[in-house]
Amino acid sequence: MKRSLIGRLWPNATAAVLFVVFAFPVYWMFATALKPTGDIVTEDPVFFPTDVTFGHFAKAVDADHFWTLVGNSLTVTILAVLFALVIALLASFALARMRFRGRRGFLLTFMIAQMAPWEVMVIAIYMIVRDAEMLDSLVPLTVFYMIMVLPFTILTLRGYVAAVPKELEESAMVDGCTRGQAFVRVIFPLLAPGLMATSLFGFITAWNEFPLVLILNKGVEKQTLPLWLSSFQTTFGDDWGATMAAASLFALPILVLFVFLQRKAVSGLTTGAVKG
Amino acid sequence: MSVQTERTDTAPAPVVRKTDPAPPGPAAGGPAGRRRGVPAPYLLLLPALLATVVLLGWPLVKNGLLSFQNLNPRQLILHLTEWNGVDNYTEVLGSSDFWKVVQRSVVFTAVNVALIMVLGTLVGLLLARLGKGMRLLLMLGLVLAWAMPVIAATTVYQWLFAQRFGVVNWILDALGWHAMADYNWFGSQLSTFSVITLLIVWQSVPFVAINLYAATTTIPKELYEAASLDGAGAWTGFTSVTFPFLRPFLWATTFLEVIWVFKAFPQIFAINAGGPDRLTETLPIYAFVEGPGNQHYGMGSAISFLTILILLGLTAYYLRTVLKQEEDEL
Repeated sequence: MKRSLIGRLWPNATAAVLFVVFAFPVYWMFATALKPTGDIVTEDPVFFPTDVTFGHFAKAVDADHFWTLVGNSLTVTILAVLFALVIALLASFALARMRFRGRRGFLLTFMIAQMAPWEVMVIAIYMIVRDAEMLDSLVPLTVFYMIMVLPFTILTLRGYVAAVPKELEESAMVDGCTRGQAFVRVIFPLLAPGLMATSLFGFITAWNEFPLVLILNKGVEKQTLPLWLSSFQTTFGDDWGATMAAASLFALPILVLFVFLQRKAVSGLTTGAVKG
Repeated sequence: MSVQTERTDTAPAPVVRKTDPAPPGPAAGGPAGRRRGVPAPYLLLLPALLATVVLLGWPLVKNGLLSFQNLNPRQLILHLTEWNGVDNYTEVLGSSDFWKVVQRSVVFTAVNVALIMVLGTLVGLLLARLGKGMRLLLMLGLVLAWAMPVIAATTVYQWLFAQRFGVVNWILDALGWHAMADYNWFGSQLSTFSVITLLIVWQSVPFVAINLYAATTTIPKELYEAASLDGAGAWTGFTSVTFPFLRPFLWATTFLEVIWVFKAFPQIFAINAGGPDRLTETLPIYAFVEGPGNQHYGMGSAISFLTILILLGLTAYYLRTVLKQEEDEL
């Protein structure tokens, strides 16, 4: 089938327009963060900044508690993902490699758990945490972020474990390994890329979490970055340069990770969420 | 063994006998694999199951219990448990506010999901038509929007739609719509919802488009050849080959998006906290504002429990559909 010139042109033209539409907000965030205030507060927006300043970033970083909150966010997310990974590794090995009664039931449980409406459960969690006198603490956040990412981690890792050829494990066992040793020496090294991708997605989820920390940790020293960012504009008035610099600092690690992981994102999400 | 001697005091003999021969039991079993075969999977699954039951199950039950309690600041501070039966539910279901919020949530979800699915499908099909370079470029744009952390995105959208110096108002003005020059987007219900919808659609279309594109690459080329031999044009090719092939994917994704949009919280809350005048509160926000916001925790729990029930129904239907499609995978 031969296509006319217009027939070849319009998909490319549409794609170019769409690229601009989808990328623009991200671009505008970085551009505003790097522009001098004179180019931000102006009747005619500067679309391609020529003067570049890092002053807004300095202001964002110098804001009260910034480094405490970075520390909090990193502690909570990394610990949550590590715990989830350990627990999920055990579970996914059983689900991928063993046949037993109730396997389907377990899978279904984790699939339902993956869809849990955490956003709507914050009141109950607040009451539980308050009765345990653990408000304004990083412990409940870590624990609940762990359970938020756990089902996804289990279901995704299950796919990665299943993808390791069973023969490798069997031959290791023929050579005298126990099942546990076979797992540590043969399967685990092959799982490394899968573990990496899965944990990064867990990291992104926990890094972005907002409703729970909003209700649990009112004390400014125990908050995490999303909460800080959502109130940054109120704190700094209409200083859009500093606000966009704060947003850029918060988003940059995630954007970099995601662009690199995009291919795995698709397969991970489809095997984890859709196929189960 | 101390355990054994203690047990013999209280427990009847058979129990002791049952625990007693346990150690020699497995030793009698043959190959090493079988010895560990029986309890191993359950042991491996125990931590995950325990965590899920305690950390997900308990809050769910707690939410249910709270919804039958009178829990206002006084009871909260004094740690009082006052049961009030179904009072919270009668009050919630009897108030016109609640039904307004329900209606709003349904319309909001329907509009968002319709836009996401239609635009996502179109963009996905476009991706399939593009050359390699252009496809990568568009993919990059999509992935950037997809990856953008929600709270960073809400902040950027507040800036894009800012009344003074916001770039959207400038563009609309430059295009000739001068009334928009200093328009306050967060001053009315419809305009606030427009911004939120744009934000959610912008972040959700990439998921649909990229997955749909991935799905189209698995359609066998022969199907199109057969269709064009039968004289099918581009449109008939789409309706007779592409669409039937993608239908299960589209159906499952639609439900996934319904669930995601219906429970959307940070997007709405961070943009304008449900304002102006509580006019952009959907069910999750309504529960939050009534509960922790206005200190009516029992009421808030009743609202969120009803929301959870709706979401559970949707999830059950979604999983049933998906599992039916993937029967052999499980």
